[in-house]
Amino acid sequence: MKIDSIVNGIVLDHIKSGNSMRIYKYLNLEELKCSVAVIRNCRSKKYGIKDVIKIDSIIDINLDVLGYIDPNITVNIIRDGKISEKKHLELPAKLVNVIKCKNPRCITSIEQEIDQVFNLTDRENRIYRCAYCETKSDKEEF
Amino acid sequence: MKHLMDINDLTTSQIDDLINTANDIIVNPEKYQDICKRKKLATLFFEPSTRTRLSFEAAMVELGGSVIGFSTSDSSSSSKGESVTDTVQTVSFYADIIAMRHPKEGAPLAASRRTSVPIINAGDGGHSHPTQTLADLLTIHREKGRLSNMTVGFCGDLKFGRTVHSLINALSRYDGIEYVFISPKELVIPDYVKANILDKNNIKYIETNKMDEYMPSLDILYMTRVQRERFFNEADYIRLKDSYILTIDKLAKAKKDLSIMHPLPRVNEISVKVDDDPRACYFKQVQNGKYIRMALILMLLDILV
Repeated sequence: MKIDSIVNGIVLDHIKSGNSMRIYKYLNLEELKCSVAVIRNCRSKKYGIKDVIKIDSIIDINLDVLGYIDPNITVNIIRDGKISEKKHLELPAKLVNVIKCKNPRCITSIEQEIDQVFNLTDRENRIYRCAYCETKSDKEEF
Repeated sequence: MKHLMDINDLTTSQIDDLINTANDIIVNPEKYQDICKRKKLATLFFEPSTRTRLSFEAAMVELGGSVIGFSTSDSSSSSKGESVTDTVQTVSFYADIIAMRHPKEGAPLAASRRTSVPIINAGDGGHSHPTQTLADLLTIHREKGRLSNMTVGFCGDLKFGRTVHSLINALSRYDGIEYVFISPKELVIPDYVKANILDKNNIKYIETNKMDEYMPSLDILYMTRVQRERFFNEADYIRLKDSYILTIDKLAKAKKDLSIMHPLPRVNEISVKVDDDPRACYFKQVQNGKYIRMALILMLLDILV
C-alpha cells in the first residue's frame, strides 16, 4: 500500500495498533479540509505493528489528548518534505474538557457549561482523578 | 490559602496555627468578641444540617459578625433552576465569607472558581468535610496535649465514612501514630486509603473485627455509625450490629485516659450510659467545632489578633 509523502504536514507515528480511529475522533480530524490518511497495522521495528496518521497540513494538535491516549506517540512536523520537528509526548498533568466524569454525584453532572477537569494523581499507573469529586477516570474510554 | 475545600488544602503549620488560635479563643473569648464586627458570613446550605450550619453561625456571631443565608435549596433560587456557581457568585456581593454545603461532590470547588470571597466547604456529599476533621484534631489536641505518638482506634463503618478517611489522612502527618481499624469485613478501610496514606508513609496499622481485643492499647477510640443500608443482607446486619456498640462493660479494659470520639449524629452505637463517663468526648467535639470554625473564619479573612 502506498501513501504519498507529505510536503508540509504532520505525521502521528507509533500509535498503538487499534487506537488510530479514536485519535481521529478525539482530535476532530474529520473536520479538516485537507487529506488525512489513517494507516492501520503497519509493521514497526519497535512495536511489531502500529498505526500511523498522516495529515496533509500543519494544524494545531491538542497534545494533551494525544499524551493521555498514548504517551508513546511521536508527533513529526514535516516542512518541505523533511522532518523539521519531532515531539515526544508525556502524560499531561491536567486534562481540561478531554474526558467526562461519570460519577452521578459529581457537580459536573448538573452544572451548566462547567469545565471537565482531571488531574494526574499517579503517573506510574496513569491514574487521573476528577478535580471536583476525585473519581478515577475510566481508562476504557480509550 | 483563600478557600478551604479539603483538609489537604492546609499545611501542617496552618493546622497548628488554627489549633493555637482556637485554644486562645477558648481562654480569651473577650479578645475576639468584636473582631469580625460589620463582617458577614453567608451559610449556603443546599441540603439540611443541624450541627454544621448552627456551628458556623454561632462561630460568626461570637466573633461579632452577622450571618445571612439559607438552610435548604427550596428557599434559594436553585429551586428555579439556577446554577450553583450563579447562586454563589450572587451571594459573594452580599457577604465577606461563605460556608457552603451541597449534596453534589465538588460543588464548593466549582463555586470557588467564580467568586471573589473565601468559600469553606461545609460538606459536599460523601466527598469532603474538612471542618469536621479540624474539630476532631482540636479535640484530640485538647484531650491529649499533642497530635503525635498515640494509638488511634476507628470503629464501625470504615469503608464509606468520609470523616474517618479525612482524619486518618490528617493525623498521618504527625509522628508516632498507629491505627487499629475495628469493623466487620463488609466495611473495612478501602485499599486506596491503605495504599495512598498508610503504606506510603510506613504507618503501622491493625485490622480486626473484634473491639475487645485491642481496647487496652487505644488512646483514642473514634466510633462511627454502622448503617443498615450498607449491608448486603439483613441477617449480616443483625449479626454484626451489636458487636460495634460501645457500652460501659466494653470500656472495662480501656485506658483511664482513653478519649471516646464520634462525629455525631449517633444512633445506637454508643450507649447513652457512656455519656457520663469522663472519657466521652463527642459532645466536646461539637463545642470544639465552633471554636475551630471561629479560628478558620479569622484565617480566611486574614484577620490577625
